[in-house]
Amino acid sequence: MKGVTRREFLKISGVAVAGLTLASQLGFDLAPVQAYAAELRIKGAKETTTVCCYCSVGCGQIVHTVKGKVINIEGDPDQPTSEGSLCAKGAGAYELVNNSKRLTKVMYRAPNSAKWEAKSWDWALNQIAKRIKKSRDKSFKEKNTQGQIVNRCEGIAGIGSCHINNEEGWLYQKFLRSLGLVYIEMEARL
Amino acid sequence: MTNSWTDIGVSDCILVMGSNVAENHPVAMKWILRAQAKGAKLINVDPRFTRTSAHADIYAALRSGTDIAFLGGLIKYILDKELIQRDYVVHYTNAAFVVNPKYDFQDGLFSGYNSEKRSYDRSSWTFEYDEKGIPKKDPTLQHERCIYQLLKKHYNRYDLDAVSNITGTPKGDLLKVYEAIAATGKADKVCTMLYAMGWTQHTVGTQNIRAATIVQLLLGNVGLAGGGVNALRGESNVQGITDQALLFHIIPGYNPAPRASDVSLQKYNEKNTPKTADPTSVNWWGNRPKYITSFLKSMYGDSATKDNDFSYQWLPKLDDGQNASWMFMFDQMMKETFSGFICLGMNPACSGPNSNHTRTALSKLDWMVDIDIFENETGSFWMGPGMDPKKVKTEVFLLPAAMYVEKEGSITDSGRMMQWRNKASDPVGNSKTDGQILHELYMKVKALYEKDKGAFPDPILKIKWDYAADKKVDFHKVAKEINGYFVEDIAEHPVDKKAYKKGTQVPSFVLLLADGRTSCGNWIYAGCYTEAGNMMARRDKTPIATANIFPNWGFAWPVNRRILYSRASVDLQGNPLDAKRAVIKWDAIAKRWVGDVPDGPAPPMGIEGGRLPFIMKSDGVGSIFGPGLADGPFPEHYEPLECPIDKNPMSSQQINPVIALFNEYASTTCDPRYPFVATTYRVTEHWQTGLMTRYLSWMNETEPQMFTEISEELASLRGIKNGESVLVSSPRGKVEAVAMVTKRWKPFKIAGHIVHQIGLPWCYGWLVPKDGGDSANLLTPTIGDANTAIPEFKSFLVNIEKLPAKKSAKSAVKGR
Repeated sequence: MKGVTRREFLKISGVAVAGLTLASQLGFDLAPVQAYAAELRIKGAKETTTVCCYCSVGCGQIVHTVKGKVINIEGDPDQPTSEGSLCAKGAGAYELVNNSKRLTKVMYRAPNSAKWEAKSWDWALNQIAKRIKKSRDKSFKEKNTQGQIVNRCEGIAGIGSCHINNEEGWLYQKFLRSLGLVYIEMEARL
Repeated sequence: MTNSWTDIGVSDCILVMGSNVAENHPVAMKWILRAQAKGAKLINVDPRFTRTSAHADIYAALRSGTDIAFLGGLIKYILDKELIQRDYVVHYTNAAFVVNPKYDFQDGLFSGYNSEKRSYDRSSWTFEYDEKGIPKKDPTLQHERCIYQLLKKHYNRYDLDAVSNITGTPKGDLLKVYEAIAATGKADKVCTMLYAMGWTQHTVGTQNIRAATIVQLLLGNVGLAGGGVNALRGESNVQGITDQALLFHIIPGYNPAPRASDVSLQKYNEKNTPKTADPTSVNWWGNRPKYITSFLKSMYGDSATKDNDFSYQWLPKLDDGQNASWMFMFDQMMKETFSGFICLGMNPACSGPNSNHTRTALSKLDWMVDIDIFENETGSFWMGPGMDPKKVKTEVFLLPAAMYVEKEGSITDSGRMMQWRNKASDPVGNSKTDGQILHELYMKVKALYEKDKGAFPDPILKIKWDYAADKKVDFHKVAKEINGYFVEDIAEHPVDKKAYKKGTQVPSFVLLLADGRTSCGNWIYAGCYTEAGNMMARRDKTPIATANIFPNWGFAWPVNRRILYSRASVDLQGNPLDAKRAVIKWDAIAKRWVGDVPDGPAPPMGIEGGRLPFIMKSDGVGSIFGPGLADGPFPEHYEPLECPIDKNPMSSQQINPVIALFNEYASTTCDPRYPFVATTYRVTEHWQTGLMTRYLSWMNETEPQMFTEISEELASLRGIKNGESVLVSSPRGKVEAVAMVTKRWKPFKIAGHIVHQIGLPWCYGWLVPKDGGDSANLLTPTIGDANTAIPEFKSFLVNIEKLPAKKSAKSAVKGR
């Protein structure tokens, strides 16, 4: 059945509705059926291109969304490195995005507590900001033991991340360096 | 990478060593297989027979941690048989330079060693200079102190017997590899070298790569299409985030982080801006002051003025000699130096060495912010194995981050190519993009400092932070900040004599200025978002076919150059050394280069005004002798900290003599309790600590639990059968695993002894999946490379024992 065009397939399958079995028309090659089924899944979906989130090959991905919900992620055949290919992880990215275990709420664990508690963003960011200020003010050194200007916050360390976009990474370094951190590290060291 | 992923497809010879590309970068394997289909040889050198080995034309096994011995033998082979590409070596490398007569190497130590400080005085690792201050050269390569002769002397000790004795590689296999690689020392043959953590995660990691670089320079394979030295980086944007300098030792664009003795911007520039007396050397880092001022303008905006040294003092300074890298950070955390810790998209409880140490260190904090897409072993460390939550004081804020498809922005692949991600959907639930979280957190901190000034508030209050109109971060605005722009009208630019308007994006870093009239967040990214638009979002597939590169797809730093050092791919007249693989070519009539973006517009060396090819080196040539590293100008074999033989067969120096030793340091060399070499690695289906795959049923189905691969010989020695549960232990921890007995491991014969090696994936953690096992990093030691402090995950000692049957896992894995 190789070489069956979509139009021909639809014709045949239309006949099938009239009483003939698909198998008698198509033999046992299910590839066109699968192709048709795949197309139905993404029919009318919006296509957005992105780049895979796992390794550094930078494979292109197409994300299909319907009404803002991701319904499919597959390789982008136009991307010159990957030409539409994805590895097991990249091909499984749909389950990464649509995953019931994803964090969707701010969680807080109090000192010596054995549980998480859900909190609001506003509460959490206010609390974190207070702690940053307290730690920073307490540990800030304008000069080192030799009297040289160092202007650094010694009581906070910051790490990560190679998963974020360049713009986010640049903002993060800007934020950490504005606080005066020198203990700044990420995965490239590992 | 010096080259790009697709460029591998035009190579004649691909050495994969220190990488398992088929497993860890599966789609890149396509380009290797295509090269192979056209006749290229794939050579794989790895302690274990991997998925990459299965495709190799030549496979050779070596014991973990002996790559320098292996490559040292290759250098000797090339020199003995005179297989170097002579013109390339003479003109484009420092092989002809005459070295300082005080330079010496004796019994594993280079001249200048100080055993108390465990460091070198590198003043003798220099050259003899002529009256102009240019290194003296002997183009005949005969001078007894020229680098070529010193190289010969250094590696003369690395004969086949000596190498095989250290690496455990049969001599016949060594010869097969050496012959195939050395055959590319011809103008029309090229070899590429692909490496990953298998080279970096050693106490001699940087020198492993140096050894490869020496080979590639001797064979004339750097700068050519299908050549180069290529790091296959592990994470989608590890290249980009390294470029943005989320690291202690650099600020964006590979500029050194300021130190306490850099007391002013001028001092900083004086110390860090290299000079050259050679008019044919471009010495690109001579431009550093332009990039620093432009970076300070991007950080502090209008507050950065000539009068206040462009707010240089607002940048935090490290003490001289201070190392704030990963292992030192967790060492300090254990010592309660930090009350707070911000962890964004990382899982150190599983990813760093000696996980028990890391997890305990987290309990010394007052507070931790953990920003992630899933709950992870770091944020939840207080409920992990061996922890009593009641006794753990650390407060944890777990903030939900959006997924990559839920935001826009650029990421940089291993080949330095930036591509733009478009936003497909909104963040789920109450999650927010990392950038948005950082923005909102910054605004909160700023508000507190506005209310109550606190310590040194200026950098917080006056930093330039205008990326969020309508409270949402506009990532295009940040991208434009990184690219850079003109801060004021320029009537006649000193470089191109053209006029530029205030607010116009800079077209390239060539136009950045040191006087404060330009702003640029990261000079190497200049050109990525110009007045012509977002170059990173380009999707034009027109290739340069001879090199199989796609210059109009995305944007590669620097200046969209896809192959670095391509000025070395041509002869002195600018003709490609290999026309069928041309990267660039000098058009003598039009007096310009055609092809890929060259390293600067100057003519080739043989034409008036010609410039040397290696523009980032102050002397303009490739460094066969590399005086810039902490542990020597030539790579030398030292044993891993934990090794199975009690004497380094090469010298009296057992381990790298300049590596930092931590408190936990206790060498288990030849400790009969831990007789086996172990290494860690990844699998296709799980990624890094597994946090982004262990929540996926599809991935867990294929790789459900912690396992250890052991040879049939070791299995029989320890009475272990395939699928049985075993305990792997080191002085630092214990890990339960399912034994996978395989022919892929073979015992090594090292220094007359049989040495067994085992392997473990490091992608599991106690949190998820249930009964999946814990991190292999419970076993790994806190010790790292002398230059980078990357931990030695690839070679350490363990014991392995069978667990009683009742503890055996229900589901056995198939031997494979």
